[in-house]
Amino acid sequence: MLVEEVMKTEVITLTPSEPIETALKLLNEHHIRHIPIVDSSNCVIGIVSDRDVRDASPSILDAPSDGSQLKKPIQSVMTSPVISVHPLDFVEEVTSIFYEHEIACVPVMKNEQLVGIITEKDMLHTLIQLTGTHVQSSQIEIKVINKPGMLPQVMQVFGRRKVNISSVLIYPYKPDSQYKIIVIRIQTMNPLPTIEDLREAGYEVLWPKMPGMTS
Amino acid sequence: MNCQAKFVFTDDFMRYKFRDDHPFNQLRVTMTKDLLEKEKVLGKENILEPRKATEEELKLFHSPKYVEAVKRASEEGLSEDEGLEYGIGTEDTPMFKGMHDASSLLVGSTLSAIDAVLDGKTEHALNLGGGLHHGFERKASGFCIYNDGAVGIKYIREKTNYKVLYVDTDAHHGDGVQWAFYDDPNVCTFSIHETGRYLFPGTGNVNERGLKEGYGYSFNLPIDAFTEDESFIELYEYAFKEIVEYFKPDIIITQNGADAHYLDPLTHLCSTIKIYEQIPKIAHDLAHEFCEGRWVALGGGGYDIWRVVPRAWAQIWKVMVTGTPFSGALPEDWITKWQEHSPVVLPGVWNDPPHPYKEIPRKQEITEKNKKILQNCMQFIHNQKNFDSTT
Repeated sequence: MLVEEVMKTEVITLTPSEPIETALKLLNEHHIRHIPIVDSSNCVIGIVSDRDVRDASPSILDAPSDGSQLKKPIQSVMTSPVISVHPLDFVEEVTSIFYEHEIACVPVMKNEQLVGIITEKDMLHTLIQLTGTHVQSSQIEIKVINKPGMLPQVMQVFGRRKVNISSVLIYPYKPDSQYKIIVIRIQTMNPLPTIEDLREAGYEVLWPKMPGMTS
Repeated sequence: MNCQAKFVFTDDFMRYKFRDDHPFNQLRVTMTKDLLEKEKVLGKENILEPRKATEEELKLFHSPKYVEAVKRASEEGLSEDEGLEYGIGTEDTPMFKGMHDASSLLVGSTLSAIDAVLDGKTEHALNLGGGLHHGFERKASGFCIYNDGAVGIKYIREKTNYKVLYVDTDAHHGDGVQWAFYDDPNVCTFSIHETGRYLFPGTGNVNERGLKEGYGYSFNLPIDAFTEDESFIELYEYAFKEIVEYFKPDIIITQNGADAHYLDPLTHLCSTIKIYEQIPKIAHDLAHEFCEGRWVALGGGGYDIWRVVPRAWAQIWKVMVTGTPFSGALPEDWITKWQEHSPVVLPGVWNDPPHPYKEIPRKQEITEKNKKILQNCMQFIHNQKNFDSTT
């Protein structure tokens, strides 16, 4: 999945000389947490987060102030240089950037120009799409030995039934690294025939448990 | 207490049949009717012959293209690829000859029940042939082709200005009806179901509360797998009462799927027949208290058609007309008649035996989690109440 498929293309920006109070207003109005700062050729030269702006605002605990701090130009509090990504980068890379740099937003740049933005929320949305939980489905979890060829073998069982698969995830089986868990969401209300097929083919189905069985 | 009620029935319900080995089997309705007749609480004067829904009525909710596709599938004129676009021809909802007519009849039967209540001919009406809550505007799913509940509610809104409360106790989330009225403040939907973590359709989270003007008119209680009677009833009763007080409906539609029972093969809840005594009782009381008795009850899921569904569904009717559920022995002639068709031994009494399944080790944890879900779901109403009392 590419960045350009996930990014938002309507980006709210500011120029470096605009006052901090404008940023505060934009953040509140649009319910956003980041604003890229661009120069006259739409190149990103900095970024401010809602925390940068709040740090620059007078504390509510202090005596009322005239708000002169908020008249200062936004470039005085912006972060620079900015970590950015390309539209053709993978979303996986964005996840790593967020994780490593402990940030929650990157502008998307192409030919030195701002073309989009990706935030934490967009990544979570992508995660929901990947898990397939946004469409009608039933979930089946299968424990298999961690070796080549297991996934196609399991999938063959599903292929025999006329049932659409909405997502497949594989993750390690924590108690024993020799095994992995395959999580499959299928678009059916009646997963029983598929589960029976899987059991007959010798696979261990961790869930769903049969009625009357307990965890 | 004795109430007037109508029981919608025709042998043609059986025509809604996908395959011999398909879990959805309308024989359940016939068995329930027979059980009630043998208990002598259902007579000819109670039976209401259903009509078929017209295409215009179907289109109150379904898209014309979808209705067209179902009609073509009925005559075997829909290709496999075309069908899949509309969710027809899958393992869940295979094509079958005459499927449009059979499905229109199920919708019509719900409309007949609604008509009887709206016209004031009866206080309550029961249509066990309906309750197909997974049908979407342009997609069949989860054994449901047309969504009789959604069409029925649109029909009520067309004919009256009644505020409609839809209550869904099927073990699966009532998604089709919820999404149909997600932005409508005049239709409130409430579904209690097994969590969608594993179970179809996967939706029905507490945070699905409605959209735009409809925000605050959609309630969901996704309860844990292996939930037992006490916890189920506690949540259902508390939430139902709160919602009725808050929404003040003019009519209540209940979807009475009977698949939350421990014997049901498709779900993982652990309730017994007890909840099927309480579910209609509470609906009945609240319909009288808030809606001058206007209550239409529908069928729904229920896949142990031998040991569970007839007993569970017969209780709805019994409570409707007398206010109290059956207990004691089941009629012997009923058992004799159906035992020869059944692959399992039929129960001899109305109640389930004590401790019918292995003890649930996580019972306390499950009860606690369900309580949290209830709190979270009710938060919206509680906030409103606090707000109203301070202003």
